[in-house]
Amino acid sequence: MKKKKAASLEDAIANLRDGSIVLVGGFGYGGVPETLIEGVCDSGLRNLTIVNNNAGTGHTGIARLLEEGVVGKMICSFPFASESHVFKELYAAGKVDLEVVPQGTMAERMRNAGAGLGGFLTPTGVGTEIAEGKPEFEMDGKTYILEKPLRGDFALIKALKADKRGNLVFRKSARNFNPVMAMAAEFTIAEVAEEVEVGDLDPEIIVTPSVYVDCYLVTGG
Amino acid sequence: MARIMTKPDKPLLTRDQVARRLARDLEADWVVNIGIGMPTMAVQYVPPERDVILHSENGIIGMGPPPEREEDIDRDLMSAGKGPVTLIPGGAYVHHADSFSLARGGRLDCAVLGAFQVAANGDLANWKVLGASAGNIGGAMDIAVGARQTFAIMTHLSKDGSAKIVDTLTYPPTALGVVTRVYTDMAVLSVTEDGFVLEEVAPGLTAEDVQAACDAKLILPDTLCEIAA
Repeated sequence: MKKKKAASLEDAIANLRDGSIVLVGGFGYGGVPETLIEGVCDSGLRNLTIVNNNAGTGHTGIARLLEEGVVGKMICSFPFASESHVFKELYAAGKVDLEVVPQGTMAERMRNAGAGLGGFLTPTGVGTEIAEGKPEFEMDGKTYILEKPLRGDFALIKALKADKRGNLVFRKSARNFNPVMAMAAEFTIAEVAEEVEVGDLDPEIIVTPSVYVDCYLVTGG
Repeated sequence: MARIMTKPDKPLLTRDQVARRLARDLEADWVVNIGIGMPTMAVQYVPPERDVILHSENGIIGMGPPPEREEDIDRDLMSAGKGPVTLIPGGAYVHHADSFSLARGGRLDCAVLGAFQVAANGDLANWKVLGASAGNIGGAMDIAVGARQTFAIMTHLSKDGSAKIVDTLTYPPTALGVVTRVYTDMAVLSVTEDGFVLEEVAPGLTAEDVQAACDAKLILPDTLCEIAA
């Protein structure tokens, strides 16, 4: 059985490179891989593209990534939250790029990448700025635009438990983007509160099967 | 820039009263997505026995009210607005792609969204103000496009007095032809093939007051109801 457990935080994120596209799970407080993000903050990496629903709030998590100068570009659906001071300042100063994507399109673009598909047709964004430059299709009297898959070099996700194979279960709405990001990245790193033996997770409730998980870090929290 | 309109020199409905009025139209057993801000205020006025199923974009199907006791707040159970909530009995969790599949796939009976502007053909603007280089889309584009109907809830006029009920959007659109009803502090309007129909007015206001605060021609019904505030 392939050993996926990281020996340390540094070990877990050792493969990240300058310029990597990094999918970061979490929505609000739930499902945020806080430990992994802290590790990236301290890594000295530069020019990462970060995919997350938001652009960080306060001074922790993604806001700290921005503050440490790690981020070259954000891809998100809701960048200007009231507490997103760090991002707003950097964006206004032209120090970070931004791509705003409708939230459902963002999720589906990642699922699409994970599913080996080359894009999908969505009604979302038709007639808006989002449609600019994208091919339009008519089908059964309805208009759709073509959206392309969004692949990550890495995904940093958070789950409740991993078994030693790397199967994951989540907790409540902390699931959010984490399972689709696990699918969409070349290399997925999961931060988990608890590690259990193979066989301890009911196979009927495993949300992310181990094939999507390359490495997990047990944080105990 | 939308036109500056005439605001009546009379008391208008409070935000709570508008939310309460909207809540009356959320029907039993509907699956409803509630946007952040003013739409969220409507939730408290939906009686539990109506069993409206609230969908939260971050993967909650059957979102319940905030927990009553502080010690029951769970950081893993938050609304789209990032506030603490609960799960109703029989509720379920899904991941983000499934959550939006549900929305785009036509499973929402209704979406309740805030708005900067609504046009006479049902076009909705709520993500980006005029002249801004970027804005917040969140889940609004997917949800407005996917829901069977969209209720817009908003103040009738902008803070600067400009029109939000307009003939044609001047703000960047969120979705085209989606709004079916509009609830404001002055009126309830429905959006029809012929344009806005003024359904109800706030107590003390006349149809002329509402028309003077709209940059679109309103169709008047045979009998105009007063909003039971």
